Amino acid sequence: MSKNSEYLIERENKQYEVIIGLEVHAQVTSESKLFSQSSTKFGAEPNTQVSLVDAAFPGMLPVINEFCIEQAIKTGIGLKAKINKKSVFDRKNYFYADLPQGYQISQYKYPIVGEGKVILDMPNGQKEIGIERLHLEQDAGKSIHDIDPNNTLVDLNRSGVALMEIVSKPDLRSPDEVNVYIKKLRSIMRYLGTCDGNMQEGSLRADVNVSVRLKGVTEFGTRCEIKNVNSIKFMQMAIISEANRQIDLLEEGKEIDQETRLFDTKRNETRSMRSKEDAHDYRYFPDPDLLPLEISQELIEKIKSDIPELPDEKKKRFIDKFNLSPYEATILVSDIETSNFFEEVIKNSDVKLATNWITGELFAVLNEKNLEISQSPVSAKNLSKLINLIKDGTISGKIAKTVFEQMIDGDQDPLIIVNEKSLKQESDPKAIEELINKVIENNSDKVAEYKSGKDKLFGFFVGQAMKESKGKGNPQLVNKILKEKLNG
Amino acid sequence: MSDITSQSLFELTSNIKEKKLSSEEITKAFINRAEKSKKLNVYVTDNFEKAIDQSKKFDSNPNLDFKLPGIPIAVKDLFCTNGVRTTAGSKILNNFVPAYESTVTQNLWSQGAILLGKLNCDEFAMGSSNETSFFGNVQNPVGENLVPGGSSGGSSAAVAANLTPVTIGTDTGGSIRQPASFTGTVGLKPTYGSCSRYGIVAFASSLDQAGPMTKNVKDCSMLLEVISSFDQKDSTSIDYKRNNYSKELSKDIKGKKIGIPKEYRVDNMPDEIEQLWKNGISYAKDCGAEIIDISLPHTNYALPTYYIVAPAEASSNLARYDGVKYGFRSPGQNLIEMYEKTRSEGFGDEVKRRIMIGTYVLSSGYYDAYYLKAQKVRQLIKKDFDNAFSKVDAILTPSTPSSAFKIGEKTNDPVSMYLNDIFTVPINLAGLPGISIPAGKDKNNYPLGLQVIGKPFDEQNILNISYALEDKINFKNDISDWWLSE
Repeated sequence: MSKNSEYLIERENKQYEVIIGLEVHAQVTSESKLFSQSSTKFGAEPNTQVSLVDAAFPGMLPVINEFCIEQAIKTGIGLKAKINKKSVFDRKNYFYADLPQGYQISQYKYPIVGEGKVILDMPNGQKEIGIERLHLEQDAGKSIHDIDPNNTLVDLNRSGVALMEIVSKPDLRSPDEVNVYIKKLRSIMRYLGTCDGNMQEGSLRADVNVSVRLKGVTEFGTRCEIKNVNSIKFMQMAIISEANRQIDLLEEGKEIDQETRLFDTKRNETRSMRSKEDAHDYRYFPDPDLLPLEISQELIEKIKSDIPELPDEKKKRFIDKFNLSPYEATILVSDIETSNFFEEVIKNSDVKLATNWITGELFAVLNEKNLEISQSPVSAKNLSKLINLIKDGTISGKIAKTVFEQMIDGDQDPLIIVNEKSLKQESDPKAIEELINKVIENNSDKVAEYKSGKDKLFGFFVGQAMKESKGKGNPQLVNKILKEKLNG
Repeated sequence: MSDITSQSLFELTSNIKEKKLSSEEITKAFINRAEKSKKLNVYVTDNFEKAIDQSKKFDSNPNLDFKLPGIPIAVKDLFCTNGVRTTAGSKILNNFVPAYESTVTQNLWSQGAILLGKLNCDEFAMGSSNETSFFGNVQNPVGENLVPGGSSGGSSAAVAANLTPVTIGTDTGGSIRQPASFTGTVGLKPTYGSCSRYGIVAFASSLDQAGPMTKNVKDCSMLLEVISSFDQKDSTSIDYKRNNYSKELSKDIKGKKIGIPKEYRVDNMPDEIEQLWKNGISYAKDCGAEIIDISLPHTNYALPTYYIVAPAEASSNLARYDGVKYGFRSPGQNLIEMYEKTRSEGFGDEVKRRIMIGTYVLSSGYYDAYYLKAQKVRQLIKKDFDNAFSKVDAILTPSTPSSAFKIGEKTNDPVSMYLNDIFTVPINLAGLPGISIPAGKDKNNYPLGLQVIGKPFDEQNILNISYALEDKINFKNDISDWWLSE
């Protein structure tokens, strides 16, 4: 990595490096919960998706949802990780009102997925982030403190929903890398269909481990864990704030306490939640209601054979096959919906133009309207039609932009717009010659100046000719004929 | 015909099939006797009215293909019963009415049985004398102020006192076999994974098993046949071919090799138990069995191992009783205070003692020394049995180191209470089937039991051996109905 791209925090001639590790909690895409058949649908009325198992009634027993196991394996394969053929579900014991069993079923010593990696495309090259493990666990319910003045209410709809906890190695070094890492993880899981990555609905959240050290030092500093941060922006803010807090302490000659902290988004600062001494003793032990989970090689092979092309491979294909730049390819594969849209558009149209139109005009509109590509106001079919109109010379690039603006309103067919508004490009040399003759006649003084050596005026004539054509003149033809007339 | 309530399950069933008795007559007979037997305190909750309705319904259209046609049965109050209060003997579930049925009880009703009521037991099945129940102690019909054993003490007393033809209990460390031994009845703990744990209030998940408690071995074989089933709702349930235990029951045990473990001769064991064991051995020989001396070297470690593993699991299993969702709640100013008050007031001393032991042995810094070590010892105990079963078909031991003791005699000495389970606990740790059958009496005329231990899933074999021994022993319970009131 080049020097100038390093993220360092400066204090009086000293430079501090920030070390970040993430524990991402990703909700498994699944119709039903990890150990019960209740629905996982988001946004239902409180306590309407709760089985006797989820509410921990006496004598109720967990039964593993095999689909969730397959989803975890799939994700593990996507992270190029080792799938553990034997893993164990443990009980993590603690009391809370929204934890009906009094323990969370999780995986402690023996997770379902072991070490893997994620490749980040940073502006200055690729960086590999190690994955420590991925394990399955149950989500808790939700405590609601602000509806009733005297009581806390509990909604158990989330209770028992399957989560994958994906633990990175402490390989991240900047808020930018965290941004790219989360997006990459999200992208891989969305390609695989194992997590929808919807941060607003809480499908993806993270505990952020932060420590600092003087540049050049090899051992790690004392880390603090910032719990349950639910957006990339807040993660970045929390990291910057926490790193600076730690550096301030070190600068004052103080020590950093290993502790769990919370990020206060309003005050943009982290505050202590509990110290190491107060840390919960979770009394993990293997859940005697569940046998160790054994996964056959056949199942792993079957899942492997169903794995779709993932972002890294797709990027390589786009570069090799369509001659895209790594930058363009990275953008187009970052989201499976985007890459699908792109491939749909180029089925019948020019790759170069499609790339430019999608990453340019279309992305601008989506950004402006705050839409996902799946909600694009222009369909892939109509965008490819527009590109073909440009390619075959029916309209100019400039006219195309006008047409595109209209297409947004109800995904209109560009050909109809072009015909109705007679926006078809003028490509008849005779007609263009007539136009140009008119311009030359009307600007004899400028012609004289040009001929006496004022080359810059060529642009003026082009502008005049295009204006005369009401923007419809074929730019290449206009240029060509103008040159002949003026230079001839 | 003998008095209805003293009949065995097989007698009642054939009387119903031959239309000599109606379900209603039988049900009412048991209810009448129960009304006069309140002194025994076997019932926590009765279901008498509904039971009579159901018996009439059965009689109006009797299905005689059922294995338990119109037979009224009371069950331990650890089985969740749909619409009928289920307390587990605890104040914390005093008001709990499940909206679901345990698989094992459902199996009873699916074969035509009718729920008579819920039987007293030690709180969350933690106890060996039925004295930890929130609903008070149970009297052993064998003698006044004698404990019926535990934790299935209400069940053993109810069978011995002819208050239910048969019953089901649960056995985590001896809770079926020890009370059976104390009351002169038969109790079988099946192989772990035979009977579903779904809907049974959990004590220690890796040890809990439901099982039949009956007056004789034949009834026991029939009841096991009904309750044992594979259940997808219990991940530890095992899918294997179950026998028709009652049909295949046989006294022919000629050539069976029966092991006698030397480690079960414990210090201070009364001579009469030693004698009982000797008698059992000679009866087995009389039946043509071959007696082989064996060793189970880790037997001594079974009780301490059990008192780590069982409380550890219990401390976690009982975390759900927190006053938030159901059951008893004692209000507090905040969540922590509510928890503390609810659990302090809702649980009894023995349950609290075990929650504390369990919490301790799982704590960081102690986990390896206690819980992990205990799990390793558990494997050694299991291996002992594996080795033994490479030489023998079954193992014969006493069921308990003593006969029934007086109420209150051991309540202040938990360790001496725990020692009651010394012969039964290893079988739970190894997940094996074990049955206790009445085999004799001590000098006070109190019953004593012998235990037959089998290979995994070999219930048929231990039933057959017990059936043969039962015939030779010819035990007669000597119960005077001293408690009956008018």
